[in-house]
Amino acid sequence: MRTKEHSNKKLGNVIIFCFLCVLTVVFLYPLFFILNNSFKGKFYISADPFSLPNAETFVGKTNYVNGLLKTGLFSAIGWSFFITIVSVVLIILFTSMTAYYITRVKSKYSSILYYMFTFSMIVPFQMVMFTMTSLADTFHLRTPWGMCILYLGFGAGLSVFMFSGFVKSIPLEIEEAAMIDGCNPLQTYFGAVFPILKPTAITVAILNAMWVWNDFLLPYLVIGILTDYKTIPVVVQMLVGSNGNKDMGALMAMLVLSIIPIVIFYLTCQKYIIEGMVAGAVKG
Amino acid sequence: MQKTLKKYLVIFTVPTLIAFSFAFIIPFVMGLYLSFCEFATVKNAKFVGLQNYITAFSGNQKFLSALLFTTAFTVVGIITINIFAFGIALLLTKKIKGTNIFRTVFFMPNLIGGIVLGYTWQQMINAVLLKYETTIVTNAKYGFWGLVLLMNWQMIGYMMIIYIAGLQNVPTELTEAAKIDGATSWQTLTKVIIPMVMPSITICMFLTLSNCFKLFDQNKALTNGAPMNKTEMLALNIYNTFYGKPGFEGVGQAKAVVFFLIVAGIALIQLKLTRSKEVEQ
Repeated sequence: MRTKEHSNKKLGNVIIFCFLCVLTVVFLYPLFFILNNSFKGKFYISADPFSLPNAETFVGKTNYVNGLLKTGLFSAIGWSFFITIVSVVLIILFTSMTAYYITRVKSKYSSILYYMFTFSMIVPFQMVMFTMTSLADTFHLRTPWGMCILYLGFGAGLSVFMFSGFVKSIPLEIEEAAMIDGCNPLQTYFGAVFPILKPTAITVAILNAMWVWNDFLLPYLVIGILTDYKTIPVVVQMLVGSNGNKDMGALMAMLVLSIIPIVIFYLTCQKYIIEGMVAGAVKG
Repeated sequence: MQKTLKKYLVIFTVPTLIAFSFAFIIPFVMGLYLSFCEFATVKNAKFVGLQNYITAFSGNQKFLSALLFTTAFTVVGIITINIFAFGIALLLTKKIKGTNIFRTVFFMPNLIGGIVLGYTWQQMINAVLLKYETTIVTNAKYGFWGLVLLMNWQMIGYMMIIYIAGLQNVPTELTEAAKIDGATSWQTLTKVIIPMVMPSITICMFLTLSNCFKLFDQNKALTNGAPMNKTEMLALNIYNTFYGKPGFEGVGQAKAVVFFLIVAGIALIQLKLTRSKEVEQ
């Protein structure tokens, strides 16, 4: 009786395991599809998109070379890195300081700021899209550095909200001890408080990094397609949108290249990313 | 301590506040005002009252049909994504070999950007439809289900992770007690497990709701509204009103305000629901 139930359960697990393996193939197939086609000649892709490249259709790195020459994707990867890293550093530094101030100093100013930051989280981008772009134009923010300032502004809502939630749980004694030792508020903050904020800082950094890296509309509107500062999503959009007679091979190759950095990042920091996304979902 | 910190107000809050004003406060206030104006650039606005709102809801603006399409897509999206994600989460909490690898793979699409994903799926769906000598932009049905498929592929992993966290918090004593009392697996699932993970279900429902409702990148990349704006969602409709036809910037802004009010309404309902749940516990 016991062994029968046991073997039933074992059989069930084998079935589930096989099912999950099938599902894994389904999930990975789209990525395999573009990788596979990126090695085929552009005229062969539409003829038989599902077959593996053979001696006739295989073109090696041609699509990659063509795509890179046409789009300047390498420079886009560079700018994506630059904008993402600078924005995230600015966001972590300044929003955590703001969150610390508005949690510790109880005043009208603090609570007005807190409510505005929270409110901004529920406003969709389309609401400020047009006016923000013309404001950025007036104040000469249509540069990579300007983009970083705009990202600091857009990211402030969620980031301040998450940091203040955590600051509330830090006991005051630590800061008071630092103050008595003669630290000014800046020294207290960076010496005693910021190190404690590290777990939240990692979460905030990951959430913002994923968002800035993948964001399309803001760089598309603010920086546009005519400058040298295009980011990856803008370049991909441009490659498809610009020419009606599109080079499918180059498109496949560029899709592959734009996915690679994010997959590497995911596989190296998987634990933090998953934890961060869950924390962000629960709080946001 | 508050007093000394107060003297540092400028250093601690002003950098964030300046960036926040450029990105949000000023554009938001201007946007509200301009939705009542006719304008081509922000500087030469002429007050026209509610005219933009009236135009926004007229038939040839396609705003209402976009709202309908968005709602239909969101409803189908919420149901399919959550059922699949919950199902997979149940399987992955059964202590099967390789659970970690499965989890890693299923979560991965969530990190890839909407534009890149959109074009990847466009290529794949077109490759399938090619056998029937058609493409995704010929029929709104293809666009709709293509979008559902894409969003499922992207969001299932994310929701699955949240469900797994919820399921791991269900005490095993409860499910074992139900088993001893003679409950079938289905009864255990519906009477014990689902009530216990209700908070996760609420989170996932609203997360899928807001992600589907506000969708832009995937919509732009996959079909760009084709054929004839029939697969155009609200965000894309607003974008096209702003940048597609000169002279309709005010109408676009009015649409954006309506869009904002709907999204804010959803967020308030969510807040109310989660707050009342917290009180119960």
